[in-house]
Amino acid sequence: MTAHILAIDDSRTIRALLTATLEKAGFAVTTAVDGVDGVEKFQSANADLVITDVNMPNKDGFGVIEDIRQGAVNRAVPVLVLTTESGAALKERARKAGATGWIVKPFDDDALVSVIKRLTGA
Amino acid sequence: MQQHEDPKAAKQIEFVTLVAGGQSFCIEITQIREIRRWTPVTLLPHSPPYVLGVINLRGAVIPILDLAAKLGFRAIEPTERHVIIIISVEERIVGLLVESVSEILGINSDMVRETPRTEEDESTRAINGIIPTGDDMIKILSLEALLPTKLATAA
Amino acid sequence: MTDIAILDAFFEECEDLLVALSDGLEHMREGKADNETVNAVFRSVHSIKGAAGAFSLEDLVSFAHIFETVLDDVRSGKLGTDDTLLRVLQRAGDILADLVDAARDGLPADADQVDPVVAELQSFLGADGLVEEEFVFEALTLAFDSAPNTATYQVQFRPSREFYATGNDPTLVIAALQDLGPCTVRTLNGDLPQDFADFQWDEGYLTWQVDVADQQNDLAIREVFQFVDDLCDLQIAEAFGDETTPVADDDAPEAALSPETAGPMPETAQEPVVERAETEDAPAKADKPAKRPASTLRVDPERVDRLINAVGELIINQSVISQRIDEAGLPNSAELHGDLDDYKLLAREIQEGVMAIRAQPVKPLFQRMLRIAREAADATGKDVNLVTEGDGTEVDKIVVERLADPLTHMIRNAIDHGIEKPQDRTNAGKPATGTLRLTASQRSGSIVIEIIDDGAGLNRKRIKEIAVSKGLISADLQLTEQEIDHLLFAPGFSTAAEVTNLSGRGVGMDVVKTAITALGGRITISSTTGQGTTFSITLPLTLAVMDGMIINVGGQTMVVPISSILETIRPTDADLSRIGLHSQLLRIRGDYVPIIDLAERLGVRSSSETMTDRVLLLIQTEAVTQCALAVDDIFDQRQVVVKSMQGSYGEIAGISGATILGDGKIALIIDPDAIAAAPTTELKLQIQAQREVAHAAT
Repeated sequence: MTAHILAIDDSRTIRALLTATLEKAGFAVTTAVDGVDGVEKFQSANADLVITDVNMPNKDGFGVIEDIRQGAVNRAVPVLVLTTESGAALKERARKAGATGWIVKPFDDDALVSVIKRLTGA
Repeated sequence: MQQHEDPKAAKQIEFVTLVAGGQSFCIEITQIREIRRWTPVTLLPHSPPYVLGVINLRGAVIPILDLAAKLGFRAIEPTERHVIIIISVEERIVGLLVESVSEILGINSDMVRETPRTEEDESTRAINGIIPTGDDMIKILSLEALLPTKLATAA
Repeated sequence: MTDIAILDAFFEECEDLLVALSDGLEHMREGKADNETVNAVFRSVHSIKGAAGAFSLEDLVSFAHIFETVLDDVRSGKLGTDDTLLRVLQRAGDILADLVDAARDGLPADADQVDPVVAELQSFLGADGLVEEEFVFEALTLAFDSAPNTATYQVQFRPSREFYATGNDPTLVIAALQDLGPCTVRTLNGDLPQDFADFQWDEGYLTWQVDVADQQNDLAIREVFQFVDDLCDLQIAEAFGDETTPVADDDAPEAALSPETAGPMPETAQEPVVERAETEDAPAKADKPAKRPASTLRVDPERVDRLINAVGELIINQSVISQRIDEAGLPNSAELHGDLDDYKLLAREIQEGVMAIRAQPVKPLFQRMLRIAREAADATGKDVNLVTEGDGTEVDKIVVERLADPLTHMIRNAIDHGIEKPQDRTNAGKPATGTLRLTASQRSGSIVIEIIDDGAGLNRKRIKEIAVSKGLISADLQLTEQEIDHLLFAPGFSTAAEVTNLSGRGVGMDVVKTAITALGGRITISSTTGQGTTFSITLPLTLAVMDGMIINVGGQTMVVPISSILETIRPTDADLSRIGLHSQLLRIRGDYVPIIDLAERLGVRSSSETMTDRVLLLIQTEAVTQCALAVDDIFDQRQVVVKSMQGSYGEIAGISGATILGDGKIALIIDPDAIAAAPTTELKLQIQAQREVAHAAT
């Protein structure tokens, strides 16, 4: 079964990159343009994994994770945080918000795919 | 048309031979889009004598030049028997009125000779090589040299 | 990750982000910024940095990083936004735009430009402000050892509550381990509470023990636990021989020995209920109104162009059909006419829809001008405030692109020549800061863009002197103010009395005018001494189609834009007066209007020498208020698709383009302004002479 990824990032470029990388790796990808859009799409997307940016308008990535973890739908979904920062503090915040893992931008295609495969069992 | 500079890399080139101003010329076939009969043109004001006007080629406005006049020969009096060669050079499409089109000539690139140095004029400047034939030779037209970037401003 | 299409998308996105950045900084400068503005500014830079990293655009990334760090301090209130900082931020924005441009063109950054701004940004951060971050991805992939020695590793992990809460799944962990090599998996359930009442639904009680064979080291295994090593009791050890006995974890034995302690406290048992109650609020929270970015569709512009061409042909086809049906004089054609009207309406609707695809707001263009104005003001030592209005006005994408150079030139001109030095302004009783307004608006089928300065106004005496000295006009020629102003557009006229480093670029207003004309537009000037100058650019809404009057000139079918025709007149002898040897005037409503023989201007032969056999088109032009174009005949009005001659042939004086008529013939489109432009014989002769020189040169 094709694993379905919801990718949330306000950057068109990053969305395009994620889509290209993940689709090439055989995943189905849905994108969302900000936190609010992301949470909304999550309700119906039936995602096997969520990748979210941190800095976004309307709702940031931590807000997205909190909403997902406290939501009624698919709350145990793995959520990867995509961030330019690699500091320990950020990881801690991500973890506290309920993130499954984090990927540092710029991401390495193979590493990203291998992490996602691991987290989705694909 | 760099082929003749390296004789070892000889390969087959095809030319369309034509007559303009009573002389034989040829144009590499890859630069030719199509060949059509003469049809009346729309005149352009303030144009140099060799610019005959423009025609509608499937929705595009294409200028038509009298090749003989452009090369400094006597202008052609166009009739229905004359031929327009539609060429494509540096992303521009231009029609050349010629007296007739003869044949397609396939030769090896090593047959192309450099143009012997002669006095420079409109027609020699536009020639970048010759092909000897049995009893004569055919001059290869350099469309880039023949057609400056902007026809109107260079006029 | 360097797919060209995505790289293109990146640069496109950068454009938007730079606009947002510039917008935000402008708001901050005006003191209108709230937290969200600062956030948006930060995010713009941050997004550029993030995406640029994906393409290894190091110059861009490192500059954006410093910029972003300063903005982060602004955001957190660590830095106050005084004028100095805002100025630096704006310059940093400009540099960021430059770096994006440089990256797009594959050029290196201009260190002379970048470094001073970097230094200024750093000065706000203080010594320890900038923490160097590593932008390198933490490599997850393994370098394989060539050593053939492998071992079996024993992995034992007991996920915690958080492990599950953060979307992790032990079966996936096990699956990942199985991918590494042959595994033996067993589950240890010693931690399960003895009493089911103590059972917590979300607690992790189970421990898995996985023996992973054929491993060279434990790196790959540790990678599997990359995100969860702190969320489970984890032990990884090399197993020796057949030893598969679980090696006890530090905490595990205790838990195993005293299961009652593993049971959660009764109070926490309520937790899931509380959580569930909260979940009902969650969707409502997510629904809170928020500004949503518009979703967009990326289409190859060539497809749109093809569509526009096809729609243009459709419009023509429609008018041809209408004409044919009229000519056929069909009986009982009322219904047919109704249907035809529907067809016409639909065709127009499609046309408008297609045109809208290419419409873009002028905002990014205007934004660029803000920067041009800043730089020009800096270079000339003038205080100038550029105010933009109507930047939501939409025009064709091509127009936006092609207006950039003319506008840049005009803005520079206005600051260099129009607006006075602060001291001169003060002396003249004006505010020291000059105001330059750049406005866009839509007025009855046209887009009007105005550049209005409150400077000294045109120096007409000087303009005339220059025109005389350059041989454009003779010294004794009497010209109206308007005619003098329009000398600025004459080829070969350069306004710069002294060549300044700003305007002395060899581009004159004639180039501006040519660019505007090529877009089917017109440019006019009005100027009041001491109060300023206004340049008005009028552009057609659409480039591809226009309403034209089909005329006959010397046997050639041509088109005159309806927009410039005031009326058509079939003159009688009483309407005409001779002046000079060849010229005639049209007397209309007590006024005299010069008649221009179109055939003569275009160098073709008119079918008749007698003016009363011809038709006069009274036209409104820029240079001359009114004039009458004499043509041989007029046919009808219809929409024509404008085809540019620029690409295939080049410019022709007096001709703005060509169109293809219903019968497949080409008709040239007259540019009435250019025809009537040469306001004086001298100027015309001058152009003629230039043309002859050009002829001789080839």
